[in-house]
Amino acid sequence: MTVTARFFAVFRERLGGSHARVEVEPGTTVAGLWEKVTAGRPDVAAMRSITRFAVNGSYAEFHAELHDGDEVAFLPPMSGG
Amino acid sequence: MYVITTEPIDADAVYRAVLHDNDGAVVAFHGVVRDHSDGGRGVRFLEYEAYPEMAEAQMRAIGAEIKRRWGIEHVAMVHRIGRVEIGEASVVIAVASPHRGEAFDACEYAIDTLKATVPIWKKEFFADGEVWVGLQS
Repeated sequence: MTVTARFFAVFRERLGGSHARVEVEPGTTVAGLWEKVTAGRPDVAAMRSITRFAVNGSYAEFHAELHDGDEVAFLPPMSGG
Repeated sequence: MYVITTEPIDADAVYRAVLHDNDGAVVAFHGVVRDHSDGGRGVRFLEYEAYPEMAEAQMRAIGAEIKRRWGIEHVAMVHRIGRVEIGEASVVIAVASPHRGEAFDACEYAIDTLKATVPIWKKEFFADGEVWVGLQS
């Protein structure tokens, strides 16, 4: 199945784009997508503890299961205002 | 009115959006770009980025919580993205209610919760570099 990962702010800069379509196995979780996207990128993987995630526009747990077509956002520490 | 915009914020329009005949108070918060960071470093300007669909939904959720807690329905939140200069507003929030006490409380709740839950990021630009706020440790 295919999901879309969306990258904002520091993730967009470090991963070189605002989004990526990623082929994953059925049953993949947010955690699995994170590991796939950050593989070979220790500078990005190191931000795991300060990152929140959203699936289809709503906050999601790290172990939430994904479905075909989902949009998964990587959200670094927010600083609006 | 829960909006992410690339345009300068029209504070009068935000005020007019919340004010109704049964309101006796309007409390507004303007978040304004200042010329230095928390560490005292000189800031030239800021750039804001958002996850717009989710940001607007999260702002609507803040409005719903204000209605639940205080019974206030007249709330507007507008956040600007893109480059914002010193002295310009990055965010304007307005709350109107029959009396001032709950409007003050709800407006403070709105900006505090926006900072914590609405997916918006700001980058400070200095004379000699730039940094995403919140990533420094």
